[in-house]
Amino acid sequence: MTTNGKPKFAMYWAASCGGCEIAVLNTHEKILDVDANFDVVFWPVAMDAKYKDVEAMEDGSILLTLFNGGIRNDENEHLAKLLRQKSKIMVAFGSCACEGCIPGLANLSPVGDIVHTAYNTITTDNPNEIYPRTSYDVPEGELHIPTLAKVLRPLEQVVDVDYFMPGCPPESHQIAAVIDLVIKVVKGEAELPPKGAVIGAGDSTVCDECPRARNVKLIKEFTRIQDIAPVDPDLCLLEQGIPCNGPATRSGCMARCPGVGAQCIGCYGPAEGVMDYGARLITAFSSVIDATEPEEIDRILDGIPDPTGQVYRFNLAGSLLKANRDAWKVK
Amino acid sequence: MTDQFEPTIIGFTCNWCSYRASDLAGTARMKYAPNVRLIRLMCSGRLDPTFVLRALSEGADGVMITGCHPGECHYIEQNYKALRRFLLLRRVLTGLGIEPGRVKLVWASAAEGARFASETTTFVEEIRKLGPLNWGKDDDGPQTADDGKSSIVHGQEMEVPA
Ligand code: SF4
Ligand code: SF4
Ligand code: SF4
Repeated sequence: MTTNGKPKFAMYWAASCGGCEIAVLNTHEKILDVDANFDVVFWPVAMDAKYKDVEAMEDGSILLTLFNGGIRNDENEHLAKLLRQKSKIMVAFGSCACEGCIPGLANLSPVGDIVHTAYNTITTDNPNEIYPRTSYDVPEGELHIPTLAKVLRPLEQVVDVDYFMPGCPPESHQIAAVIDLVIKVVKGEAELPPKGAVIGAGDSTVCDECPRARNVKLIKEFTRIQDIAPVDPDLCLLEQGIPCNGPATRSGCMARCPGVGAQCIGCYGPAEGVMDYGARLITAFSSVIDATEPEEIDRILDGIPDPTGQVYRFNLAGSLLKANRDAWKVK
Repeated sequence: MTDQFEPTIIGFTCNWCSYRASDLAGTARMKYAPNVRLIRLMCSGRLDPTFVLRALSEGADGVMITGCHPGECHYIEQNYKALRRFLLLRRVLTGLGIEPGRVKLVWASAAEGARFASETTTFVEEIRKLGPLNWGKDDDGPQTADDGKSSIVHGQEMEVPA
């Protein structure tokens, strides 16, 4: 508690796109509840604060930290550990923090290639191939910039996490519900869910919330959605040969994408009980293929040009194989 | 005594055909490579690709999936399901940088003990050639993280112009 008696709130972005922060601001007037009920002590996107302010806080003195973004460099890691130490409740907020998300796809490439692509491609004006140094001496002293880690890790692979809030970004109505819940807990009107729970989402699959009709239709071809015209507005997309990630993806978004004619790409992460997201999708996609001969099955599978990216678009870093053994070694 | 690499291989066999084939190979005292640890499933259709990924993530160097020949599945056509999953799984593994040859699908009927034994031995040899599953490595130098800090790092450092 602070001098004004309110519990402390923090939000931080590590390797992230900023969308999660915008999603919180998108809760509209709900954001005023945060201000009314919490003392916001650290939230770089919304207010000025220094790392040393956080370092000076007592351990466990922040009630709630929403941590978004994955751990891609040593600064991310430092802040994850620092905020863990200072916070009672640490929430992995959004797909990047929960399972690596799009930035986690970079785990398929050596870090040197990533840096090279960033600093030396056709769209980059860098004729002398100048790359950043992680430390540099200037008259005022030594300067440091954060050093890239070999892989991007979800928050849980670095520190202990209390709750997981999936989504890229989490839906605003889900964020509002979670904020409401925490406020009720603070007032003694509700209890926190068990540690490790997934909050702000459902416990079944996107298919369960999807308005499209499912039959047992089998397909002879996978196609990209933009190559089908017209897409049947009422029939399950998978049954139209469009790889839809709904069957493996956690519910909670109200099937936002298939509801408006786009396939689910899986941003709410693995559904309850799914140990490996990609494996579940392999099973789901295989089940609609109408063929028994290996050659024909292979021809149908050719319709999914990047199967690894398709089945692990959000979950590569959080998958069973974590895409890179090095990720397992560091915690 | 050589110190040749002995791969660890997990085999998933179906109860009705291929497990019996392995039994037959055993009772007939056929010789085959001892590297495979068998796990019996009721049907190859029970083969959740998660099992394969789990095996690889826990240290297996290869995974062998066996089932009844096409058309002879005890549950009519579940082995076709296994086939479809296997073909897609192999593509996904390739994308992850894992040699697709580390996962193999073998059809073996209950009478084919010899086939089971020889396929197993062949697979062990194939995996031996591939070496231990040691994927996801790249060559930009030693990268330890024993001190609890993040490992490196940028591939190159260049002069910053004055
Ligand atoms: S989860 Fe999505 S919205 Fe949130 S930081 Fe990551 S990429 Fe951005
Ligand atoms: S696969 Fe996609 S389109 Fe089909 S029911 Fe599930 S979410 Fe809806
Ligand atoms: S339908 Fe799928 S991709 Fe779209 S918001 Fe929901 S979980 Fe995310």
